Amino acid sequence: MAKQAAGEPAPDFVQLLTPDGERIERATGADGVEYSVDFTDEEYRGLYRDLVVIRKLDAEATALQRQGELGIWASLLGQEAAQVGSGRALRTQDMAFPTYREHGVLYCRGIDPILPLSLFRGVDQGAWDPNEVRVNMYTIVIGAQTLHATGYAMGITKDGKVGGDDGEAVLCYFGDGATSQGDVNEAFIWASVFHSPIVFFCQNNQYAISEPIEKQTRIPLYRRADGFGFPGLRVDGNDVLATYAVTRTALDNARHGQGPTLIEAYTYRMGAHTTTDDPTRYRIASEVEAWQAKDPIARVRAFVEKQQIADAAFFDEVDEQAKREALHLRERVLAMPDPQPLTLFDNVYPHGSPEIDAQRERFAEYLDSFEGSAH
Amino acid sequence: MMAEKLTIGKALNAGLRRALESDPKVLIMGEDVGKLGGVFRITDGLQKDFGDDRVMDTPLAESGIIGTAIGLAIRGYRPVCEIQFDGFVYPAYDQIVSQVAKMYYRSQGKVKVPMVIRIPFGGGIGAVEHHSESPEAYFAHTAGLKVVACSSPQDAYTMIQQAITSDDPIVFFEPKRRYHEKGEVDPDLTYPLHASRRVRPGTDATVLAYGPMVRTALDAATAAAEDGRELEVFDLRTLSPLDLAPIYESVRRTGRCVMVHEAPSNVGLGAEIAARITEECFYSLEAPVLRVTGYDTPYPAARLEEEFLPDLDRVLDAVDRTFRW
Repeated sequence: MAKQAAGEPAPDFVQLLTPDGERIERATGADGVEYSVDFTDEEYRGLYRDLVVIRKLDAEATALQRQGELGIWASLLGQEAAQVGSGRALRTQDMAFPTYREHGVLYCRGIDPILPLSLFRGVDQGAWDPNEVRVNMYTIVIGAQTLHATGYAMGITKDGKVGGDDGEAVLCYFGDGATSQGDVNEAFIWASVFHSPIVFFCQNNQYAISEPIEKQTRIPLYRRADGFGFPGLRVDGNDVLATYAVTRTALDNARHGQGPTLIEAYTYRMGAHTTTDDPTRYRIASEVEAWQAKDPIARVRAFVEKQQIADAAFFDEVDEQAKREALHLRERVLAMPDPQPLTLFDNVYPHGSPEIDAQRERFAEYLDSFEGSAH
Repeated sequence: MMAEKLTIGKALNAGLRRALESDPKVLIMGEDVGKLGGVFRITDGLQKDFGDDRVMDTPLAESGIIGTAIGLAIRGYRPVCEIQFDGFVYPAYDQIVSQVAKMYYRSQGKVKVPMVIRIPFGGGIGAVEHHSESPEAYFAHTAGLKVVACSSPQDAYTMIQQAITSDDPIVFFEPKRRYHEKGEVDPDLTYPLHASRRVRPGTDATVLAYGPMVRTALDAATAAAEDGRELEVFDLRTLSPLDLAPIYESVRRTGRCVMVHEAPSNVGLGAEIAARITEECFYSLEAPVLRVTGYDTPYPAARLEEEFLPDLDRVLDAVDRTFRW
């Protein structure tokens, strides 16, 4: 098997929309299943809107980091289609387990975009309520969440919530680098052995910080699934239609009791891993240019223009909405207060701890010792 | 159930059984916990009675056991994970200290992971390497985890149920070389989980121990009494949070304290406890707090472990030294 390298053409993936905006009616995946979508004009426009807005919000967050308002930012630039396609495939009752880059998935779940920013600003550690929003907290340790997702999916089975349209499924995100982690491989084993309702969604953005995909694998990642005993397939991760189609089918299979699926969304991180690294040190300009030609937003725009299902006024209005949401986000980030010092000691233990209480008391006394203190 | 004599192993089994009966959300998971009943038979018969949906044999991967238990806990279950031996917990270390311990904190109290991680710990059973370690300080050092160690059948029975009903994630250490020691178990006895306990009153020096060393400390106290020296012995029971107030009171009376544990001394629990006693009881101390511990070596080969492990004589020697100060 020839090794696969960043920048090489991606073989045998499911694609329903070419980089030029041509619709492909049906495509067969490596799992032998034929995939298609049947969206209304309104739904096509909605997908375009999602893609534009999350790219703009992401750019705003990057700018906020550059201006010192965020400690760090993990940009999703280039991965909008993978996130919107999979995020929109979730049903209300499903649960998603993200890494720390799934801002677009959160957006699709209706989650206030300020919530992930508070994590990167250092105001909290990503304290949204997973039970309410049906997206677990971001996980920084690579691959750790794949086991949590699998355990959660095991719980769905125990609760008898599989086997029908109203069943629940789990969508678990991770990157190409994570596939080298033991936890991810253990999650595959558990999910397979317990036949759990989970879809593993690997966004292969070609780089784990600076390490290209050939430092993680000698075979296409989706083929790993074979060794664990469940289907795997690769989708064009820059194609929002194909990503939606394969994810929706895999989630439906999971909720109907057909067990796990591995989806490899073949995409590209256009920016840095985070705002702390410099991709010009580890990748060449021509590679980035080649991927720019596969931009996930440009192809949807080309498609809807060709189909004449959106006019100039629509595109202007989407741009205006994106700008408005970005400005609103910026204003709220700048207005976000620092947490109160004593909250440091909150929520260490559900039942509390006398040791923490004593430390809180001593710290409060210390703060009070400053003239004019009003913590 | 009337009070009866049980071994620590049987008491744990009875406690787990009662927890499974009391709450359908309680799960037991680990390697060999089902048909075999665990390598120490602590879960003996539970799968037969509660089914493999409640008592789950898992693939052989510790990180997977803990990591999937986290997901089950988020889903509303109360998993009780068995790690077969102390030295096997390290592949799960990241999941325990980075995930289990921090879920509640980073979610600002919105996500609880009410799980128990059972670890048979300590040496003295003549095992090969990785089967006789004392990793408790690693976990006691991590905020967000609570760490306890049982030393008697009563505590084994009571504390395992308390740990399971607690919403705090708990690392539960079991003294594997004491699994077969018998004692009275009263099923209706109630007392707090996170409390140290005076297990023998005395006036001349305070001896602190937990887990397998409690028996050693009591034996030393019996021997010391024959020489006319009355040692007050405490079982710490809770390693995080520590419950030191009753111990401060004891040390202020006796003026002398010896801390005993199997784990190496360097940056161990004994160091923390000695520091705190020094801070709180400085003017009452007649001698520094002394530690009797395993040495700062890897756990040795079985034929050397009796040299490594604190025994009655090393405890008495330390007590003698506190009197020579």
